[in-house]
Amino acid sequence: MTSIRLVRDELRPPGPPPRRHLLSIADLTRDDVERLLGTARTFASALDREVKKLPTLKGRLVVNLFFESSTRTSSSFELAAKRLSADTLTVKSVGSSVDKGESLKDTALTLGAYDPDVIVIRHPQIGAPQLVASLTAAHVVNAGDGKHQHPTQALLDLYTLQQELGRLEGLHVAIVGDVLHSRVARSLIQAFALVGSRCTLVGPPALLPRGLGAEMTTDIDAIRDADVVYVLRLQHERMEAGANFVPSLREYAARWGITPERLRPGQKVMHPGPMNRGVEIDARVADSADALVETQVRSGLVVRMAVLYDVLTGGPVGIRALAAAEVA
Amino acid sequence: MTWVKDRPGANVVFRGARVVDPAEGIDATLDVRIDNGVIAAVGERLDANEHRVVDAQGLVLAPAFVDPHVHLRTPGREDEETIASGTAAAAAGGYCAIFAMPNTDPIVDSAATLGSLVETARREAEVPVGFLAAITRGQGGEELTEMAELADAGAIAFSDDGVPVASAGLMRRALQYASITGRPLALHCEEQSLSHGAHVHEGRVAAELGFAGYPSVAESVMVERDLALAGYEEQRIHLLHLSAAESVAALRRAREVGVRATAEVTPHHLVLTDDAVRSLDPNVKMNPPLRAERDRLALLDALRDGTVDAIATDHAPHARHEKEVPFEEAAFGVTGLETAFSVLYTHLVRPGLLPLVTLLERMSAGPARVFGIAVPRIAAGAPADLVLLDLDGEWRVNEQSFRSRSTNSWLLGETLNGAIALTVAAGVVVFER
Repeated sequence: MTSIRLVRDELRPPGPPPRRHLLSIADLTRDDVERLLGTARTFASALDREVKKLPTLKGRLVVNLFFESSTRTSSSFELAAKRLSADTLTVKSVGSSVDKGESLKDTALTLGAYDPDVIVIRHPQIGAPQLVASLTAAHVVNAGDGKHQHPTQALLDLYTLQQELGRLEGLHVAIVGDVLHSRVARSLIQAFALVGSRCTLVGPPALLPRGLGAEMTTDIDAIRDADVVYVLRLQHERMEAGANFVPSLREYAARWGITPERLRPGQKVMHPGPMNRGVEIDARVADSADALVETQVRSGLVVRMAVLYDVLTGGPVGIRALAAAEVA
Repeated sequence: MTWVKDRPGANVVFRGARVVDPAEGIDATLDVRIDNGVIAAVGERLDANEHRVVDAQGLVLAPAFVDPHVHLRTPGREDEETIASGTAAAAAGGYCAIFAMPNTDPIVDSAATLGSLVETARREAEVPVGFLAAITRGQGGEELTEMAELADAGAIAFSDDGVPVASAGLMRRALQYASITGRPLALHCEEQSLSHGAHVHEGRVAAELGFAGYPSVAESVMVERDLALAGYEEQRIHLLHLSAAESVAALRRAREVGVRATAEVTPHHLVLTDDAVRSLDPNVKMNPPLRAERDRLALLDALRDGTVDAIATDHAPHARHEKEVPFEEAAFGVTGLETAFSVLYTHLVRPGLLPLVTLLERMSAGPARVFGIAVPRIAAGAPADLVLLDLDGEWRVNEQSFRSRSTNSWLLGETLNGAIALTVAAGVVVFER
């Protein structure tokens, strides 16, 4: 006998079909990923025009609920919703009732009372988006939950690579740095597996989680074989004093920092931001033509537009559906 | 050393039950007659006298269960459980004795606090309840409690359950001093420098979901330390809620060289693995955490061969608002008194992984011996502590089914076999389905 799994949903009475959420890359199929990337390309071509606003989500309400500081993710979700003509409401934990000790449940119920179509949530704890999804009628998009998942980051990275290199299948990506504390890495590992890219994790021993079942090494020279070097932020805000994951930032930079000397010509470099220049990435690398960091940010906008569109419309999206929406 | 409210003993005849008593070596279809709460006769076609007759054909009559490890949240969190509600839950689970941990608010570390619990138990307890007292004052890990006075006041054992005794030196002093009481130390084994801030077993699931890992070795190094100290001081210890294969292996080795240690496992560690955490359901969050399949199988082996003496529920009621939060924020612990037999019968006995007689022994005689109380048995002259089991009876676990004040069960929505049909504790019928 294997251990039992708790499946409570099947006990619930039959009701309307499940709402679409984006909570984890683990919930997606390869088809889902390809559809989302295709929608993002469609939106990208629309954004090349002089008037960049589409009426697609007119009258819809997108609530951005951010319990952690964020520049690029929150701005990109907000702009994505606005480019699609949705109403947006951004709530940050600082200055809200969360400061007064309100629970996530009550915050979700309160905002849920406005009948939002989508709740985009970033939260320091694993599974917070799942909890919100169970408490409200909105479609929920995970914008980062603890060390668990950051699915839109992984999707925008796939989009960036496909645009830059023309393919995903067979690509070899080295993910370098603090894998243990990285939700970006967890989403990326699953995303690369979905699309047939090879993934190697490189970093200090204590920052490579045990039991992940991925290709792992502490040897930085392993990045030489990769088409792409994906550099993770060394999250010292997550490193408690005396935790001793690494002896010092200096030693980390010397052993695992990405310098021009460690790269092959033409190797692409990515980083989810914000960068610690001089720690995990040398400034010369960050500013080089092979660094795709700003492309990633630009991709973020169209991919998040695609995600909002997809969870709300719930189906394959072609040019036609988009054109019809534009007419409306 | 247990207390229960005073009620007249029952007069009952169980007719045609399959009587299974591992301690007495009985497995036969028999009648059992109880006169004034005491087993008067075990035999065939007994006279009913004026007694109530319970038709027990097709049902199993066994010694009632003993739980060495529950949390009754009294004093301090009576919203989660009281002695009345916790012992009512125990009655519904087939128990005739349960033992409550001292990590309440205030901590049970003085004879005065213990005395008030005893008074409450005499007034409210549906089934006999005993109490452990803390090893260290306030479970602070620095100063020993007055163990001699606590033992006189009725402490069955000593435990800082919930936290380990971090200092090896203090653990040694505790072992030395507890020797004058004749009571064992019940130990929560956790090296917190290895488990700090962690919620999920360190393995594939924690790595994939991003949880900080609570490795097996955080438990087993402390088990090894405490076994070594107990052996050196020649004192008796009881290892609480073992979860890791390495811990069981250490216990086996220590027993072979004569260390006097007993151990318990929980139903959830015997049935679930860390795979259940993928649901992110806070009702599968507990300390120690659910571990890997190899650990689960090692615990099951140890339960079969007697290395593990007892099944303990570690019944840990929590208010709803402490579990309706993200996993990492949720309180540790799950309830278990009302589901322990059924879930183990359904998932271990029915599929042929554990003999029924072994399960009955580890839920009754085993835990009774751990704390040195009288072993419940089905024999003329013994107090009536009996459970009537409907092995084929199906029941659905739902929030309304609980006598406990809390509903943080990992089994909500599950259908189980092995229903408790009736419980007799201390000579009184305390539960009937």
